[in-house]
Amino acid sequence: MRYINEFRDPATARALVERIRRDAGDAPVRLMEVCGTHTVAIARGGIRPLLSGAVTMLSGPGCPVCVTPDGYIDAAIALGMERGVLLASFGDMLRVPGKSSSLEKEKGNGLEVRVVYSPLDAVALADAVPDREVVFLGVGFETTAPAIGGAIRTAARRGVRNFSVLSSVRTIPEAMGILAADPEVRIEGFLCPAHVSVVIGTDAYRAVAERRRIPCVVAGFEPLDILLGISMLLRQRKAGVALVENEYSRVATSTGNRKAQELIREIFVPCDTGWRGIGVIPGSGLRIADAYAAFDAERKFGVPVVFAAEGTACRCGDVLKGKITPPGCPLFGKACVPEEPYGPCMVSSEGSCAAYYKYGAL
Amino acid sequence: MPMCLGVPAKVLEIRDSAAVVELGGVRREISVMLLDDVSVGGWVIVHAGFAIEKLSEDEARETLSLFREIAAADEIH
Amino acid sequence: MHEKILLSHGEGGKRTRDLIAKVIARYFDNPVLSSFLDSGLLGRIDGEIAFTTDGYVVTPPFFPGGDIGRLAVCGTVNDLAVCGAKATAISCGLILEEGLPISTLERALAGMRDAAAEAGVSIACGDTKVVERGKGDGIFITTAGVGVAVDGWRPAPSGIRPGDRIVLTGTMGDHQVAVLIARRHLAIEAPVLSDVAPLAGLLLPLLSRYAGKVRFMRDPTRGGAGVTLNEIATSANARFVLDEARLPVRESVRGVCEILGFDPLYLANEGKAVLVVAGDVAEAIVAALREHPYGREAAIIGEVTEGAAGVRMRTLSGGVRAVDYPVGDQLPRIC
Repeated sequence: MRYINEFRDPATARALVERIRRDAGDAPVRLMEVCGTHTVAIARGGIRPLLSGAVTMLSGPGCPVCVTPDGYIDAAIALGMERGVLLASFGDMLRVPGKSSSLEKEKGNGLEVRVVYSPLDAVALADAVPDREVVFLGVGFETTAPAIGGAIRTAARRGVRNFSVLSSVRTIPEAMGILAADPEVRIEGFLCPAHVSVVIGTDAYRAVAERRRIPCVVAGFEPLDILLGISMLLRQRKAGVALVENEYSRVATSTGNRKAQELIREIFVPCDTGWRGIGVIPGSGLRIADAYAAFDAERKFGVPVVFAAEGTACRCGDVLKGKITPPGCPLFGKACVPEEPYGPCMVSSEGSCAAYYKYGAL
Repeated sequence: MPMCLGVPAKVLEIRDSAAVVELGGVRREISVMLLDDVSVGGWVIVHAGFAIEKLSEDEARETLSLFREIAAADEIH
Repeated sequence: MHEKILLSHGEGGKRTRDLIAKVIARYFDNPVLSSFLDSGLLGRIDGEIAFTTDGYVVTPPFFPGGDIGRLAVCGTVNDLAVCGAKATAISCGLILEEGLPISTLERALAGMRDAAAEAGVSIACGDTKVVERGKGDGIFITTAGVGVAVDGWRPAPSGIRPGDRIVLTGTMGDHQVAVLIARRHLAIEAPVLSDVAPLAGLLLPLLSRYAGKVRFMRDPTRGGAGVTLNEIATSANARFVLDEARLPVRESVRGVCEILGFDPLYLANEGKAVLVVAGDVAEAIVAALREHPYGREAAIIGEVTEGAAGVRMRTLSGGVRAVDYPVGDQLPRIC
């Protein structure tokens, strides 16, 4: 497959690993991959052990399923079970635990959930069943916000009135800022998300790089992209600079996708929002604008998504902030395993704990 | 399924705001409403049923040639 | 004959007898079945007997490269084959939903007939039940199979030792992707055919030739090679290390996996086997497999090493990662 296979070449991977090892210092360099898709790519590529001693990869909160509050799952279940709504969702949401149940478990009680690949499929579904209300579970970051916005705009234009979105959209740069400022986390470089950056533009990370003096490299998701991105971070550190560099230059640009950004501005409004395990991060969310309130499931059905800080033995929050690695949580691999997850980091296929558990045993 | 997954696919046909793209012999219809001037034969990144950006073949070639340099330099060590 | 299955077709009366005699028997005509006794009398069987059963609920019942009927025969033939047994006779239990078009039933029966002919097995007995509309999704088939074991071979996980090689008889994931495409709701077009096939002819000659050097075999159906290899590694208390670069996967299946975020290791196969074989005969076995139409892409995909039990993989990047059991990622009703 073109533009995929060439970015997996084993000989180049070996060369990049050597380069990383030569540039590393005496102590492992602490880098954070922000995006859950990077976490999985690194785990599936077996990259962590390749770099052990030279680089410590911390997994950040870029797992949209992981940071969605359990109140969101409860609201979705309520919509389905009490209001007879047909839910449409990305597959990852099905096993996420709410306060007492999950979408998957409620299916056994009659909850109707359809897994879709695109939010547009949910609009088509609504169009096909005009006598049912269809709610799309719109969870994601800036990569997915334009797709969700596109679905809402399409529904608006086509007059698909039985379609709405239960929105759980968060934005990455503010979260990076919080983590960069946290002295307990000690990040020496950020591996920035590929496709979030494609939408928002690589310039979005300049504030973090310049104010916090932390190197930022936007990298693609293939193994060579990740290794080159890590190598570029180490070289910046060696040179004593903190810039934003773009490894994913074949797709990401400094200004991003203007049309997608305009669509986001049309459909959404920035807001303060809670991240499960972290707390409220100012300006880090996107809620549906008043002009599109008819497509906002929270307002349409009067089911507000409640964010409440959780006090449990689960240390997902510290894992999401990169303060501990998954084995550092007392529940990891014991009370919390993929088949019976305690917290969201284990449930989502992109959660740090799930990735560690599935791919990390050596 | 990785949430920010986006894959490079070649544009085969365009009809209004939809396009048929192909990856490894697999075809799917997607929306191009997020992009201007998508052309048949060009490459796009597909996420959640949308093309979110065009892929620059020139930039890709540059990145690949950087990889070749790195691999060659490594052989010297 | 009516065009659709009615409840009365399952009541045991004239309609049932008509369905059997005028529809089903036309596809399964053989001396054992045509006597229409309550049991198929198979006569004396020499050798050690193997016995297996499986239920088939695949949806949709017809998909590129196969159908529920072919699946129902091949699945059972293959469960016997990987235990070293050649299938002698198969039973066919049908559960049909009221309203099922008879033409659909006939397509499934034709699939069974053709697969049985290819596998050299006869359908010796059967049963037909009908459930009310809405209580059973179209057609469900249960088959049980009786077979005779090849002389002198026993599957022996305890015989697996470091230095052994892991062989896969062909490409991964074809069946699951074909069914996915047939489900239509993912709106993907791809030239992928299910690999559903009977494997006795591919596998049993190896046992006669290589005997104990073939340690163990299993067909990687639901959950794919990833699950099967974990099962074997656990029961053998062995460590398997796979080589990602050597996993056989069709380009189109890779494409679907890329778009949808699947891992081909966990996709169902219905015409493949995993073998653990002695290191010194691995290449010869692969060569022998490749001579057969169902083994053309056979490959050594890994080896058994010293160390803690489990399945690991050397990745394309040169790293190592675990290949664990998948959790909840699988699609329902894939076979």
